Amino acid sequence: MTTILPVTKSASVNPLKSSQPLGAAFAFLGVDRCVPLFHGSQGCTSFALVLFVRHFKETIPLQTTAMDEVATIMGGADHLEEAILNLKSRTKPELIGVCTTALVETRGEDFAGDLATIRARRAEALAGTEVVLAATPDFTGSIEEGWSKAVVGMIETIVDRTPQRRDPRRVAVLPGWNLTVADIEEIRDTIEAFGLEPVILPDVSGALDGTVPGKWIPTTYGGTRVADIRSLGSCVHTLAIGEGQRAAAEALEAVAGVPFTLFETLTGLKPVDRFVTALAELSGAPVPAKLRRRRSQLADALLDGHFHFGGKKIAIAAEPDHLFQLSTFFVGMGAEIVAAVTTTGTSPILRKVPADTVKVGDFGDFETLAVGADLLVGHSHARQAAERLDIPLMRVGFPVFDRLGAQHRCHVGWSGTRDLIFEVSNIFQANVREPTPDALNPLLNREAVHDRRTPPDARAH
Amino acid sequence: MLSPKVQALFDEPGCDKNAAKDEKTRKKGCAKPLTPGAAAGGCAFDGAKIVLQPITDCAHLVHAPLACEGNSWDNRGAASSGPTLWRTSFTTDLTELDVVMGQGERKLWKAIREIAEAHRPPAIFVYETCVTALIGDDLDAVCSHASAKFGLPVIPVHAAGFVGSKNLGNKLAGEALLDHVIGTVEPDDVGPYDVNILGEFNLAGEFWLVKPLLDELGIRVRACVPGDARYADVAAAHTARATMMVCSTALINLARKMEERWGIPYFEGSFYGVADTSEALRQLSRMLVARGAPADLLDRTEALIAREEAIVWEKLEAFRPRLQGRRVLLNTGGVKSWSVVAALMEIGIEIVGTSVKKSTIEDKERIKQILKDENHTFDGMAPRDLYALLERADADIMLSGGRTQFIALKARMPWLDINQERQYPYAGYDGMVEMVRQIDLAIHNPIWEQVRAVSPFDADGRVIGESVIGSGRGVVAIGGAQPPLPVPPPPGGRGPVGMGSSYDDAWGSSDAATPIDADGAIALTPASSPPSRGRDREGGLGLSISVASTPTHKKFAAAGSGDADDC
Repeated sequence: MTTILPVTKSASVNPLKSSQPLGAAFAFLGVDRCVPLFHGSQGCTSFALVLFVRHFKETIPLQTTAMDEVATIMGGADHLEEAILNLKSRTKPELIGVCTTALVETRGEDFAGDLATIRARRAEALAGTEVVLAATPDFTGSIEEGWSKAVVGMIETIVDRTPQRRDPRRVAVLPGWNLTVADIEEIRDTIEAFGLEPVILPDVSGALDGTVPGKWIPTTYGGTRVADIRSLGSCVHTLAIGEGQRAAAEALEAVAGVPFTLFETLTGLKPVDRFVTALAELSGAPVPAKLRRRRSQLADALLDGHFHFGGKKIAIAAEPDHLFQLSTFFVGMGAEIVAAVTTTGTSPILRKVPADTVKVGDFGDFETLAVGADLLVGHSHARQAAERLDIPLMRVGFPVFDRLGAQHRCHVGWSGTRDLIFEVSNIFQANVREPTPDALNPLLNREAVHDRRTPPDARAH
Repeated sequence: MLSPKVQALFDEPGCDKNAAKDEKTRKKGCAKPLTPGAAAGGCAFDGAKIVLQPITDCAHLVHAPLACEGNSWDNRGAASSGPTLWRTSFTTDLTELDVVMGQGERKLWKAIREIAEAHRPPAIFVYETCVTALIGDDLDAVCSHASAKFGLPVIPVHAAGFVGSKNLGNKLAGEALLDHVIGTVEPDDVGPYDVNILGEFNLAGEFWLVKPLLDELGIRVRACVPGDARYADVAAAHTARATMMVCSTALINLARKMEERWGIPYFEGSFYGVADTSEALRQLSRMLVARGAPADLLDRTEALIAREEAIVWEKLEAFRPRLQGRRVLLNTGGVKSWSVVAALMEIGIEIVGTSVKKSTIEDKERIKQILKDENHTFDGMAPRDLYALLERADADIMLSGGRTQFIALKARMPWLDINQERQYPYAGYDGMVEMVRQIDLAIHNPIWEQVRAVSPFDADGRVIGESVIGSGRGVVAIGGAQPPLPVPPPPGGRGPVGMGSSYDDAWGSSDAATPIDADGAIALTPASSPPSRGRDREGGLGLSISVASTPTHKKFAAAGSGDADDC
């Protein structure tokens, strides 16, 4: 079992994490006509907003309760109410997603109670708008936890609890935040190919896929419809993607009795086999030939690509589910994970990461552990480490602010895995170090194996 | 003109195989006659270029229409420790007009001038090819004039493709070196430890795994032909005291004639495998001592061999637990180095089969001893048979050249390139370790288990694998108990589910710039629509033609609506 090394130092060097409320806002951004609202000081929102904008190159609706000195001392309920009412009247959202921050959580108010009071007192003014709370102090968790709390909050608050007639075609899909717009499109297409109707919550593919709306819209424009969230209870099954979605899947099961199947990753031949098998079973329909062709293409990509992966040393810095998705992919191709750094140490998926240790830490740790690796995998903030270590960096996750199109790279499904193999192989091929006399000289490299690869007895996997 | 030269090459007293032939068979050459429709392998030009091009500081100009160079350049992994000009591709790229009007020589002259002026290389090699040989361009005349005019050696290489096989081209390249290069430079630092290495290509830089050993012994490589060679070194190769011939068939004529002309003894050796590497070092030392080098070289060589062998066997032994009992199929033109096989077997690897297509009688005897079972040798194999053999998975890995790579991969068989396109250095002691490491990596790559596993879906797409939903918790019965759902309509053929009204807004109908309305229908206005036959035929009816949003679905929608059949 993988050993998880907790944070031991006091100074975090070059943080890997993004904050928990950002993760919650990320989830709310995948709902149609929604405005996420940070309950905190202005800066909490503005930093998150800037990071979102740098990553998505989109206008991002994100508002703040703008806690000031007085509110910080006297209590923030008034600011929360005012912010909700203002948002309602100005942007007419169907959903306001309240994400608390460290400031207000440290104060320690009863936000759920405050919101219930606001909803009751302002029922008329707020008609047609759901208000969902995600308790997401910055001092704990990361994107993954924030995302999960927002989705659980939406399910518990919005989903209709009255018994519903099951629609045998309707399946709920709970994707993790690490799935891109292209990933979700791939998942939707795959599900639809079986005649099933997916309700994806949240659905960033409808909201953050980068379109030109042709008019100014102050809320999100696209994503899961609130009405579809409300009627999630009519789904016949839930497909949860990533361990981080377990809480949400369980919430939906508790609220509406929808059973679920959890898929830890949808990258790789076998994980996708499982997913497609589930769809075939749910629909009773055979796997379309077009889809099976993709499977065969992936098999060939495995054959063609494995030459470039065998024995390669990979260093990954990512949130738990993403780390699992990426590390199992690389190890499945014959590479080894020499550095696995993650944001928080609580997810049970970390025990399954195919590495000796998973370090809960930052890019400072990453830079130390990744020495000698052949490839760094992480978000854009790993670029300084990549430069200093002179190791190529594959940008994944959030934020990716110095490359375009991060949201349109698909790494799930048979074809997404195929493309991921090519993407990584091409990075390796683009960074081949030409042999030099000194690098190969056996007398100069007597102790170190000349290609720096781990000797076979040390390769346990 | 070429014919006498080629015939002379067919008479190779240095080659046992050749010497054993009678007069008549010898005239037919080394290669078996090519079978039109069933031949594979390169031509003489290919062979000549392979041998000369890794001379790294020279320009290599191919006098030909595009294909000869354009389709073949930058395709081999020889490494250079310095100059990179050899990787720049030069060709006269003859056009139809050049051929018809006889402008080839003029173009060649100009090309040489351009290269000489732009790059000032120490020499330019000019390669004749089928077309330029056929139209009778006088390569020798142009080269000798250019040489005088531009003040640098311009060397004609006569190896048009139709002359013969790649192997013959190797030898013709050797002839070009003998005729024009070797012996043209007299170095001022001739020493008793100077050697030539012929037929070493420095693929993936592998000679650099060996050269430090020679350096330690004080043995100086005067010229390594062609790997990482410099023109001046090759031109001074005649001053060396001994020659080691690495790839025997390629340059045997060169080695023999250098012995005849300059009295440099040669031996055939190999740097592949532990025993052969040691033996090659011994031979070099012995020859040098025989020609006057101090005798302590022999002792120093033995000491180095003892030290290096101890290290390499220890390194190789580490792989035994992972590779013991693994079965290797060798499918290469002819295993030249049995010490590779010996080293593999030493750590417990079994050799389950080998091609004996190019092996000598002597080789075949050795194979018999090693493999015991004669059934495991084959004399070349059709791709179909090879595929069948590999699919039966009688072996754990195939070692071969690139040509059979995909036969192996499609049969889901691990494969390792041991020919010229390979990425990893296999020469010397450490190269042997690298080869074993690569075998280990290939065999143990986890993809094999994935691609060999039976697909969980049958030929009709029905699930035959393990149930996924059924194994979940608290699952409602579904599937068998329910009738299958109707065949799904094509995506886009119905309203998007779960993506919300968002798309509609995003494609807002208020946006005049998009010709697709909120329902995904194409909205053609009279002003913007091209004159459409539909409108002509149907009067004003076709002003707004509704079809599904993507071209692939037009047919579907059109078939349903029936009024837009020419969209």
